[in-house]
Amino acid sequence: MLRDLFNKRRHYATLGKTVEREKVPTPDPVEKDIPKGLVEKCDACGNLIMGKELQKHAYTCPECNFHFRVDAYTRIALTLDEGSFVELNGDVTSTNPLGFPDYESKLEKAQKSTGLTEGAVTGEGTIDGVPVAIAVMDPRFIMGSMGSAVGEKLTRIMERATEVREPLILFTASGGARMQEGILSLMQMAKTSVALRRMHDEQVLFVTVITHPTTGGVSASFASLGDIIFAEPGAMFGFAGKRVIEQTIRQKLPDDFQTAEFNLKHGMVDKVVHRKQLRDALGVLVRIHSARGWADAE
Amino acid sequence: MPSELEFEKPLSELKNKIQELKGFMEKNGLDLSGEVRRLEEHLDELTEETYNHLSAWQRVQIARQPGRPTTLDYIKGVCTEFIELHGDRNFRDDPSIVGGVGLIDGKPVTIIGHQKGRDTKENIHRNFGMAHPEGYRKALRLMKQAEKFGRPVVMFIDTAGAYPGMSAEERGQSEAIARNLLEMAGLRVPTISFVTGEGGSGGALGLGITDRVYVLQYAWYSVIAPESAAAILWKDSTQASRAAEVMRITGPDLVELGIADELIPEPKGGAQKDPAAMVATVREKIIESLRELAKKPIDELLTERYDKYRDMGEYVER
Ligand SMILES: [Zn+2]
Repeated sequence: MLRDLFNKRRHYATLGKTVEREKVPTPDPVEKDIPKGLVEKCDACGNLIMGKELQKHAYTCPECNFHFRVDAYTRIALTLDEGSFVELNGDVTSTNPLGFPDYESKLEKAQKSTGLTEGAVTGEGTIDGVPVAIAVMDPRFIMGSMGSAVGEKLTRIMERATEVREPLILFTASGGARMQEGILSLMQMAKTSVALRRMHDEQVLFVTVITHPTTGGVSASFASLGDIIFAEPGAMFGFAGKRVIEQTIRQKLPDDFQTAEFNLKHGMVDKVVHRKQLRDALGVLVRIHSARGWADAE
Repeated sequence: MPSELEFEKPLSELKNKIQELKGFMEKNGLDLSGEVRRLEEHLDELTEETYNHLSAWQRVQIARQPGRPTTLDYIKGVCTEFIELHGDRNFRDDPSIVGGVGLIDGKPVTIIGHQKGRDTKENIHRNFGMAHPEGYRKALRLMKQAEKFGRPVVMFIDTAGAYPGMSAEERGQSEAIARNLLEMAGLRVPTISFVTGEGGSGGALGLGITDRVYVLQYAWYSVIAPESAAAILWKDSTQASRAAEVMRITGPDLVELGIADELIPEPKGGAQKDPAAMVATVREKIIESLRELAKKPIDELLTERYDKYRDMGEYVER
């Protein structure tokens, strides 16, 4: 099984690449697997890491800080108080509204390989005892693309958070729209935005955490609408793909283009947070937003 | 260590003399304690004399001393928890203005302020605390966020002025400051500000329409920096001390003119002599002030805010 894993991953390994210690490398787009073996090789620096060790470091490379991609349930486990998660709307799944060729089989394949029913997992739990709603997009599921089912699940958790007035923490990861659903996919940007407008008017905290990669329609809607936007080091966050832009403007773009750090410098994210500090940072945020006000009794 | 100012030299010379004398005593086994006591008394008198009769220009120099607490120092000292938030969501994160959310005494606040550097390298990064439009827009974003979640806003003012440069003009320095004035007037949460060092004109006011304005003892706040005023008035920037005197820019002047609500005492010789004590004083004032303001219905607070700024200015009608 171990050998299988390495064989499978070899296609994508970037061997012999030297990595600067200070810089946090950006993962290559989408094709990467999520670590589940006994030993993992860091894609950025080639360091071999025991699975246990990797887990201890919240799935980041202890050598170069490369952030491995994690699946939705691992992310939830890293974020919420142990045993507090209750999944909601797990049965919302995609259909094939346009009769798009081979979409069903693609969905089936994604479901089988990920063990998920759709590209986002949503629910409720607590962080340091404070109740929160949580949504995690899983980059493995058809590149974390947003179709009607993902849009519906995210909208429902936004409505739920608004109704019970609990902060919503949304981990974004998406290659963009789900082409197989055409304009209906585009309209998930609109649907989630009208839900967020209500949440905004009801003054409920919405935090987005940008994980690798967050692009296209997701970046141009809810990912950018957090009251507070955190981003993981090295995560790509932008509208159009780097290659598309380079072809359009016929210029080479800087290496750090669209990284979390680039976005921080350009005013688009509030803070770049290492995954090992993320839970604590989210804890501080929800505590500040659930603290008693100045007029309340002591 | 904060650098020494010209008018403080006699003090440090006397201090050194006392140290020398003590060393001499020890080394030679002599008892000169009477002389030491006499000199120490003299030092106390001279210290009082120096700091009780500071000229406006000397105060300006103290306000500019490195080693005074900066906004981030105040934040660190007053908050039990704090997360700095970055960016204007438009163009850039401006390091000349910092801000974020935190807890003071267990209560939520948004804190925003100008940020000067501690050394040359940091000052270059911070642009010497002179903000670009995106700095003011970040501040506004955080103010609106505070309003949304109903938490008060505390602002620290310490800037020589908004950055005068081409980049700032291209992105609308005037618009950014103007927008903040408009929005601060209507912000539906209690707001307080502290002029902690330099209150340089519009760049300072861009964070300064608040329910309470506190000015530190040696801070200055004016329509223009004394050097620039001298250059305009007398075509001679070396006349800055003269300009400082006539323009009434010191803390006590500001209270007398009704610009500031209260003068916040500084440690002897200035905040830079005992930053921790300064931060503690400011923390107490924040808690006292926000507790008081929180008792008022927000519409009453907005009316008072309106009346306060509506009444600024002096004129006669004939
Ligand atoms: Zn590595």
